[in-house]
Amino acid sequence: MGGRDATMVLLDENGIRCDGRKIDELRPVTIKAGGLKNADGSAYIEFGDNKIVVGVFGPRDVHPKHMSNTDTGILRVRYHMEPFSVSERKNPAPSRREIEISKVIKEALEPAVMLEKFPRTAVDVFIEVLQADGGTRCAALSAASVALADAGIPMRDLVAACASGKAADTIILDVNNEEDQAGQADMPIGYMPNLEKITLLQLDGILTPEEYKRCVDVGVKGCKTVYDIQRKALHDKYFGKGDSE
Amino acid sequence: MASVSVIDKLKKAQIIELLEQGMRVDGRAFEEPRKISIEANAIPKANGSARVRLGDTEVICGIKIQPDRPFPDTGDKGLFICTAELLPLSHPTVETGPPQPPVIELARVVDRGIRESHMIDVSDLVIEKNKSVVGVFADNVVVDYDGNLFDACSYASTAALLTSKTPKWEWVNEQPSLVDGDDTQLPISTVPVSVTMAKIGDHIIVDPNGDEWAVMDARITITSDSDGNICALQKGGSNGFTQDEVGRCGDLSVKVGSKIREQLLELRGN
Repeated sequence: MGGRDATMVLLDENGIRCDGRKIDELRPVTIKAGGLKNADGSAYIEFGDNKIVVGVFGPRDVHPKHMSNTDTGILRVRYHMEPFSVSERKNPAPSRREIEISKVIKEALEPAVMLEKFPRTAVDVFIEVLQADGGTRCAALSAASVALADAGIPMRDLVAACASGKAADTIILDVNNEEDQAGQADMPIGYMPNLEKITLLQLDGILTPEEYKRCVDVGVKGCKTVYDIQRKALHDKYFGKGDSE
Repeated sequence: MASVSVIDKLKKAQIIELLEQGMRVDGRAFEEPRKISIEANAIPKANGSARVRLGDTEVICGIKIQPDRPFPDTGDKGLFICTAELLPLSHPTVETGPPQPPVIELARVVDRGIRESHMIDVSDLVIEKNKSVVGVFADNVVVDYDGNLFDACSYASTAALLTSKTPKWEWVNEQPSLVDGDDTQLPISTVPVSVTMAKIGDHIIVDPNGDEWAVMDARITITSDSDGNICALQKGGSNGFTQDEVGRCGDLSVKVGSKIREQLLELRGN
């Protein structure tokens, strides 16, 4: 995907990152609940320069039928990037990367959704990445949780997500595209703040065992910030743009 | 393979009951992986190979090394590509056809563990910058299934890479030309070891077998390198881990991994 500048300094002497953030600062995040007319629930997120729209349908009949489960509803997730979402045009067919991300997002959402209340049905989550800038899976997961809640599907908690990582030998919150390309480690985390459970966790890059634990800690704190933004999005839609508490 | 049958549900009750008493279905301790047997150079026509049995899970990895074009943005680096495939003879539920999401995840997680550890120094695998590099392909095939393919494929790939011999090429008349002489070992900087742990109820167990795999609530695969650092991780399954469990799994993967690394390093010795 390529950085904005190959010789970029990821962290300057004042502890300021290439996009002007502090090491423990999220990019600006805005989430809007709803927005799509035909979907049962939807959400739109801007997470830094990421722009992602999510639509949820269901619970509804399962096609093909053999996929249905008599004990529980099933969750199906499709994460998809538009050809124009990255610098170089992406082939619109689902890549192996997109198939894997669809699977990890599905498994991150499943603990939150009370699928057992809707046997023989499917809940379909369609994630469309309109513009990508590092950390799309976390932004997508955060938006998908809001879209599921917007669809009125019973949930145990929202799944909030953001990545932590390591760049310029420093543990940082919310890895952007440049830090992902040139940094040392990237750890996407999905977390249910009320149930205190990590439901998405991946890592690539080298960390000492101590850094690994710090990274999880920093990421979980970031998820809690995202969670407040998710709640505000739902509050704004359903209770007006007043005080969210 | 991944679907939960009625029998699995009945087994789950039994497996949890045993775990409550500190026991596992096959008699292992919670932190004990199954016996790993490694047959290096099982496929002499490959540049390197290994047949690995992890309990009753069996994987064959073959390494092919050949000149290739570099990726446009990394003309100064060789290629390392790792794949994994579930053969139809490995389990009655495996069907032929394009790979399903679990198999795609398997291949990508195994690839990531080795790639992110920088086991192979790909900057040493350049024939002519921006024009021709050496490609190292590690292809894993699962021939028998009894759970935990992540670790079985990872050990097979690592074992095969450790015992690989690479030919040498020179850039002659704008094309790579094979240099006669002895093949050399691949430039290897570290030995990654993946350790997969399953969460069943509130219990964390190392190296789940097929029965445990079918009933687990969630799993986590953590790869550590020779320095005891963590270099790749993948959580899976339809439940979550607490922050404390994630920390414990990290420590456990390094501890269990170091023993397995000793076994892998014996291959390099002879």
